[in-house]
Amino acid sequence: MTTANSPTLREQVEDFLFREAEFLDDWHLDDWVGLFTEDGRYVVPTTDLPDGDPQRDLVFIDDDIVRLRARAVRLNSRHAHREYPWSRTRRFVSNVRVEENGNGELSVTSNVLVYRFRSGEGAPYVGSVNYVLRRNGDGFKIAHRRAVLDLEALSWHGAVSIIF
Amino acid sequence: MQIKDLIIDDRQGGVFRIHRSSMTSAELFQREREQIFDRCWIYLGHESEVENRGDYRRRVIAGRPLFFARGRDGQVRVFLNTCPHRGALICRRDEGSAEVLQCFYHAWTFNTNGELVGVPADDAYGPGWNRSELGLKQPPRVESYRGFIFVSFNPYVEDLVSYLADAREYLDLIVDQAEDGMRVVPGSNKYTMKANWKLLVENSLDGYHLVPTHQTYLDYISSLGTDDTGESMASRLPGRARALGNGHCVIETAARNGRPIAHWHPLYGEEAREPMARVRQRLVEKYGEERTYRMADVSRNLIIYPNLVINDIMAITIRYFEPMAPDHMEVTAWHLVPREESDAMLATRLDSFLTFLGPGGFATPDDVEALESCQIGFRATENEWSDISRGMLNPGPLSTDELQMRGFWRQWHANMQGLTHTDVQDGPVPDAEPALALATDD
Repeated sequence: MTTANSPTLREQVEDFLFREAEFLDDWHLDDWVGLFTEDGRYVVPTTDLPDGDPQRDLVFIDDDIVRLRARAVRLNSRHAHREYPWSRTRRFVSNVRVEENGNGELSVTSNVLVYRFRSGEGAPYVGSVNYVLRRNGDGFKIAHRRAVLDLEALSWHGAVSIIF
Repeated sequence: MQIKDLIIDDRQGGVFRIHRSSMTSAELFQREREQIFDRCWIYLGHESEVENRGDYRRRVIAGRPLFFARGRDGQVRVFLNTCPHRGALICRRDEGSAEVLQCFYHAWTFNTNGELVGVPADDAYGPGWNRSELGLKQPPRVESYRGFIFVSFNPYVEDLVSYLADAREYLDLIVDQAEDGMRVVPGSNKYTMKANWKLLVENSLDGYHLVPTHQTYLDYISSLGTDDTGESMASRLPGRARALGNGHCVIETAARNGRPIAHWHPLYGEEAREPMARVRQRLVEKYGEERTYRMADVSRNLIIYPNLVINDIMAITIRYFEPMAPDHMEVTAWHLVPREESDAMLATRLDSFLTFLGPGGFATPDDVEALESCQIGFRATENEWSDISRGMLNPGPLSTDELQMRGFWRQWHANMQGLTHTDVQDGPVPDAEPALALATDD
């Protein structure tokens, strides 16, 4: 197995993550869901159990592609009251690390800071977002996306109502 | 405004209104601490959270830093989380396991029974200084009911079972579902709402809000091929509401989308059908058809006064909320499951929980929005009253009525006036017994 620190690969992955962040900040959620594979998964563990396993432990979010699409439908509607009107968000993605798994997949770790502004208040979601990416033509698809919050509790936002 | 005037309760005309200062006033908030949170039984945690000897959990309950631990003798004890020496926190992690707990400040050491077992250089203390008096302090009262541990800071509070009144039966309906008892799943939802804590009481048993507020959840469930469109939900919702005494209240509704214990639904998958039928058989053999129906087919949203909600719906959630300020509460929610369930059934329950419940679900974020929205609306102080009159003249109150909120608010109103008991029902006040005065030390 080779560790792929080659700038080219990392730059490719970074471009992919930057485009994902743009989709999310612009509320192009259908485009965002389109980045996932059909067997893709999106998991957000609880703040007190960052290693939580959705099969055994309570987590905040554990979406397969069906629920992920439903999440986008919900957030695009006018009835997701926590996000209607939409909050303004700005994402900063950094410290991207890429490893090749050997089976053609990439394990990617990134540090993420999302500022969310709504109803006169602004506060950050901070954490790391970890991916399993599969090559798809010239680009990638997300097979697994696990977003781990560093927050001790959802003290500012009261919810994970946006995509973190 | 006098406290007695904070609620309009016209039982003949069917009008019930709450003065909104009850949810904004710092003075009333302080009075709630003294009259309610310092005097009632308050939920602390579940015995399964400290499964093994030495296990401990830290909590803040009614403003006090506490922790509970299973001692070397297997007993669960609750301690004030403050060093009897000079005050520092003894337990500085939210959970863990330890033989002894040592205060980091001067290294006084306590065992998990709370006894002071180590004092560095104790030859400096005189003969009147008694180590046995300096163990960890416990709250004045601690009792548990079927695994649910409660504390009270009122030494004169009635025993827990009496306090639970008719809510006890509903706890039994939940706990009896399990063959080997219930346990709390690892991981908890911790979130804040910038809203008064009583709004979450109302919201947790509000059948009326489900369809308008949670349309996106109902749409999602419907998209999975169930028949629960908003309309059919509305038509099935009536159920019933009860005030259970002492401020505890419940709504009950027949489940149409299945219930994870023993009411199968296609959402759970074909492979779950047979195991759930076996559970049902066990329940019928042990408890009979009627009680099995209530356990397996009926959902319940239960408030244990003042600040514990247990929702036994698409999953069982324990929801505790700690008031921080008139417009600020901190919520913690856990997931309660039968110990004996298979990995597959546990996964189904966890999935069922996530869809609706919790800060990442399809419903809870919108409740947060609703409550915070109310709290902001209260700033328009010229609109002084909130209305909770639905179904007040209905002899068979429905889950979409509001008896279950009035039952809570009447208890709150009595407590705020220094009374422990009052008639919480909608019917005319019986002219027999006057409310009992609270037995206290002041």
